[in-house]
Amino acid sequence: MTLTLSSTGSARRRRRGPARQSRAGAAFVAAYVILLIAFGILPTGYAVYFAFTDAGGTFTGFANFITTAQDFRFVDAVSHVAVYLVLWLFSLVVFVVGLALLLHRLASGKAGQALRFLYYIPGALAGAASVLVWLFMLDPTVSPVSSLLGTLGFHTFGEVIAPGNLALLFTIIAFWTGAGGWIVVMYGALNNIPKDVMEAAHIDGANAWQTAWRVQIPMLRKWIVYMVILGFAGGAQLFVEPQLLSLASVGVAGRDYSVNQLTYDFAFQMNNINGAAAVSVELLVVGVSAAALFVARSGFFDAD
Amino acid sequence: MTLSESSAGQERVSSKRRSALLAGCAATVLMTVAACGGGTASTTEKDGFAQAPQKDGALTVWVDATRLAAAKQYQQLHPDVKLDIVSYDGNANGSNYLQTKVQLFNRTHKGWPDVVFSSQNNEVTWAVDAGFAAPLNKGLIPEGTLGNFAKGANDVCTVNGTLYCLRNDLSQAVLWYNAPLMKKFGYTVPTTWEDYQKLGEKVAEEHPGYLVGDAGDSFTPEIYLWASKCGANHITGPKAVSVNTTSEACTKMAKLMDALIKNKSMSISGVFSTDFTKNEADKILLMPGPAWFGGAVFKDGLKTPAKQIGVAPIPQWKGDTSTSTGNVGGGTWLLSQHSTHLKAATDFLKWVTTDNAYQGEKAPGFPAYAPAAENWLKAQDASGYFSGGLGALKDASGQVWPGWGSGQFSQEAIWAATVKPGLTQGKSIVSMLPAWQDSIVKYAKSDGYKVSQ
Repeated sequence: MTLTLSSTGSARRRRRGPARQSRAGAAFVAAYVILLIAFGILPTGYAVYFAFTDAGGTFTGFANFITTAQDFRFVDAVSHVAVYLVLWLFSLVVFVVGLALLLHRLASGKAGQALRFLYYIPGALAGAASVLVWLFMLDPTVSPVSSLLGTLGFHTFGEVIAPGNLALLFTIIAFWTGAGGWIVVMYGALNNIPKDVMEAAHIDGANAWQTAWRVQIPMLRKWIVYMVILGFAGGAQLFVEPQLLSLASVGVAGRDYSVNQLTYDFAFQMNNINGAAAVSVELLVVGVSAAALFVARSGFFDAD
Repeated sequence: MTLSESSAGQERVSSKRRSALLAGCAATVLMTVAACGGGTASTTEKDGFAQAPQKDGALTVWVDATRLAAAKQYQQLHPDVKLDIVSYDGNANGSNYLQTKVQLFNRTHKGWPDVVFSSQNNEVTWAVDAGFAAPLNKGLIPEGTLGNFAKGANDVCTVNGTLYCLRNDLSQAVLWYNAPLMKKFGYTVPTTWEDYQKLGEKVAEEHPGYLVGDAGDSFTPEIYLWASKCGANHITGPKAVSVNTTSEACTKMAKLMDALIKNKSMSISGVFSTDFTKNEADKILLMPGPAWFGGAVFKDGLKTPAKQIGVAPIPQWKGDTSTSTGNVGGGTWLLSQHSTHLKAATDFLKWVTTDNAYQGEKAPGFPAYAPAAENWLKAQDASGYFSGGLGALKDASGQVWPGWGSGQFSQEAIWAATVKPGLTQGKSIVSMLPAWQDSIVKYAKSDGYKVSQ
């Protein structure tokens, strides 16, 4: 950011600007590329290598994929994650956009500032810590909202974490921990909508609802797509929430719930690192394909 | 950010810095990769395994919260030993923490603890194959010491005749009862399961809210169904198990539990759950449970006052000729093959499993080392916490039914995930027995077991 500012300093600098900019740019990209290779591409390549070999390093084709898919927990885990993804992405799109629009309306006042801060706080807690907060919230014996849980018919922790409730619980936890950051991002995007567009809408007699639906949301589309892509990738890798819940409930709920937990089991409990790698590669393929689909359908990279 | 600011004025310097930074990054990456590939030092074949070169340094000991006291006591009595005590979850409820970490250490070729406590007694099913557990009866621990462990105590540690762990405590199930409360209500302690059920029905009628047992823990089947000789977990070979959860031995106990759960004289909360501690702590009349319930549940968990809790033998089915009881865990101690402080590690292991200072006096559970157990019983009597003698505990230590084994798959985890949610929803145990069997079979097969049903 400062780079563009400083390069407009003087005429002389401006002449040398482009060359310098490109060198600085290359340096930035190089640092990133090194990290990407070390912590992104190399491990991915390693996983792909593992996925197609056995423990001794012999090429096995798709054998690891077949064995893991035939594991009795695999189909269950996939369907759990699918249900969770639907709930998670739906709540993400509807509530994040809704709350951001609300925040934007209130932006001028003190209330808006306070809300923006409040939305962001949960996101500032580390992932596992905020999940632990929820484990307390959901146990009627120690929960600060135990009367609310009681009204809903839950009197013991066991009732709250019944198998049918899990997808919804994980969605609530994930929304609470992850949505705040997105609300702030959407709010920033809303501020970038040119004033004259909003004024034009206002002069044309659009009310708040019409402005939101016909002007603001269409102009937020790319941001929403961006959020859905990252939300999808994160949601498909669901792990911390069920894993901690399974520890807290001494194994009653959340064990082998998600696909990622299954890879963990394969790797460390059954000592089948290759099978674990095969499932990870499947997750990668699903994530990348979903992203590609969203990008292609939304014209994400089209210039404005 | 600072990089871009300086790029306006001191271009050359910053680019040098930048390349230094990049080189640093690259070096870090290379070092990490090199560390992962770590070389193996030369080993010496001794005591039945290849020993790493011995070094000075701190002895790393992993214990759970309960065994922390043991490690601290050892440190106090041996101030010259450098001890690095790490507390972890003890692998409780099949959490697999230890196994996960050892698999990782096996990949990085370092980091193994020297001695580790596990609250599970099935660790050798993986720790031997993983090359972690060291053989103990090939020279490390003298035969004389091993011979003093209670009969069968170290069976769970033995693979093909070689001993790979030492049992910390026995966890034979007995019938705990609240003596003053029983007297007040005018009841006698039942000796048969039939009488036990009748008493439960009477309690539900005359003193609703009071409990004759709890069926909400992940180890519930190991108390009731094991004692009833239910063949749910018969380990017949190193990788073979026979599973039958619908035999009469299983169904009659399941029916008994269903009846008592229905009339609410048997809780389904679980003795370690927050709602049990809060709501049921002073409602316990009878409680079938393992030896360690005395210390861990009544004394420390529920804070039951002294002179109330007594021990009786677990009930038997009428007409059954041989007495039998169940067993819940009973921890084990493992010694790492990779230890570079074998002498110190062996000393610690011997002390912690056999010495009267800990096992004979302070241990919360019934020691597996027989001489320490004698002393422990005396110490418990002397402490005056329990009402009456603990003779029933000693008798039960030899009555654990041998038809229930310790496989690699966690029976506790399977029960927790398969049966517990159904119990919460009001399903009967009898109706879930087939699903339970199905689940055991699936987990056993996925761990490579040959399953007969």
